[in-house]
Amino acid sequence: MVETGEKSTNTLHDAISVRSLVKSYGERRAVDELSFSVWRGEIFALLGPNGAGKTTTVEMLEGYRTPDAGEVRVLGLDPIRDGAELKQRIGVMLQSAGVYPTVTPLEILNLFHDFYRDAEDPKKLIELVGLEESANTRFRQLSGGQQRRLALASALIGKPELLFLDEPTTAMDPQARHMTWEILQTLRDRGLTILLTTHFMEEAERLADRVAIIDHGRLLALEEPRVLTQTSAEEVQFTGPAGLDTALLSRLPSAHGAREERPGFYVMQTARPLDLLVELTSWGRDRGILLNDLRVGHESLEEVFLRLTGHELRE
Amino acid sequence: MKALMAQTKMELMLTLRQFEGMLITVIFPPVLLIFFAGIGVKPSSADRPIDFLLPGMLALAVMSTGLVSLSIRTAYERNYGVLKRLGSTPLSRGQLLIAKIISVIAVDILDIIILIGIAYFLFDWHPTGALPIAIFALILGTATFSSFGLMLAGSVRPETTLAAANTLFFLFLLLGGIAWPLDKLPSFLSIPARIFPSSAFADALRDSLAKNPSFSLWNILILAAWGVVTLVIASRTFRWE
Repeated sequence: MVETGEKSTNTLHDAISVRSLVKSYGERRAVDELSFSVWRGEIFALLGPNGAGKTTTVEMLEGYRTPDAGEVRVLGLDPIRDGAELKQRIGVMLQSAGVYPTVTPLEILNLFHDFYRDAEDPKKLIELVGLEESANTRFRQLSGGQQRRLALASALIGKPELLFLDEPTTAMDPQARHMTWEILQTLRDRGLTILLTTHFMEEAERLADRVAIIDHGRLLALEEPRVLTQTSAEEVQFTGPAGLDTALLSRLPSAHGAREERPGFYVMQTARPLDLLVELTSWGRDRGILLNDLRVGHESLEEVFLRLTGHELRE
Repeated sequence: MKALMAQTKMELMLTLRQFEGMLITVIFPPVLLIFFAGIGVKPSSADRPIDFLLPGMLALAVMSTGLVSLSIRTAYERNYGVLKRLGSTPLSRGQLLIAKIISVIAVDILDIIILIGIAYFLFDWHPTGALPIAIFALILGTATFSSFGLMLAGSVRPETTLAAANTLFFLFLLLGGIAWPLDKLPSFLSIPARIFPSSAFADALRDSLAKNPSFSLWNILILAAWGVVTLVIASRTFRWE
């Protein structure tokens, strides 16, 4: 029913492959016939509102929950049956850090270090996530953002091939968030596969190679963010004061029509978008009206989401 | 093996850092031993107060480690998501459980050394009785009260675990034949108190450490029954998150 962006069914080349996955809690289907693949070496984002089934899906991939139906392969393994082997090869960052409150970052990383056959040097990871000055501070005294960064470091300690991140940058300040994005991009460039859930559009748009939009446990779209947000080049969009005269706008020489989609958000049809941009800006200048976010044929991910699900992404 | 050792080290470190737990497991029993031995509480059957009190305090120490320290620590670990987080690492649940058991046994051994040291040096107590039976009873008691603790920790909010563990601890301490002889209680209290795991445990230890030691099958059975029942409930109701 939906174009899923599948290239092939070759599970050898997929880090994750999910077929017709179903999970119900009582009467409610949390995950409903979900199918997708995550390719090796990509950053894959699961985007959806609270209760969309993101965490339930990820937790079935991590081996925490048993699917009611459907097939799941992670690095070619069954997360339940081959759990012991799989856990050597994945790294997991949950929504709650799951660290003993009285233990320091260095202590918890030293502990996790000994769980894995081949592990990273804890000090290097402390440096990577910028926790040098808090390496010997007890977990409960760290800020929310520092706790998230420690959770990321603990997910990386086993030199994973595949990283699961559930809402990785929630509770981070903008600086820590940008640092985290840079770390994840570096890791991806080194060949790591990353699956993350998020409700930050900017995060999905900036970071992800492909984005899956899910709602009510179903897949609504799966594409590169660039493709998802690209609509026809015959449209020009902008924001401005609400209640501009659209009849007047549509009489601009290159315009075929104009409408105010939401208060202050305008969409215009044209065959000559570049000309229309020039006409629009001078039209605005003559009237002292500031027009913002002028774009040709581009929706934001937020708008794509709104269009697909019929509601806004808020958590 | 490396994973198990690392987790065991962590469990021991956490035990030492949990001040309330250490207070009730390591400091409280010796203080009670000195206090009650000082005021000379004993039932008519025992020659000296220390002969009655030392087995009781050994039972108390073992009981507090499993019932109070282990249960509260585990309940909060579940609440903080630590148990869940460990579930996605290669550390298996079996290894986690073994690490916890080793940490409980380590604290028990520390307690036993302290209590016997006090009895020996301050109250002129000398080892008598059947040591193998006493050791068997201590191992069984450790298993029973650890199961009891895990049962309390497994499914309710940690605040509830904390309240239940402390309530049971004081109930067992006061009515369970630990510091106060059952035959000095009124009969409406002493009759139910006889099937408490604490009194069965303390009496089994007393019988094995007496000058004419005996294997009290009845007490061992009561203690084992508590162990089996709580273990079954714990394994059926325990939630990792």
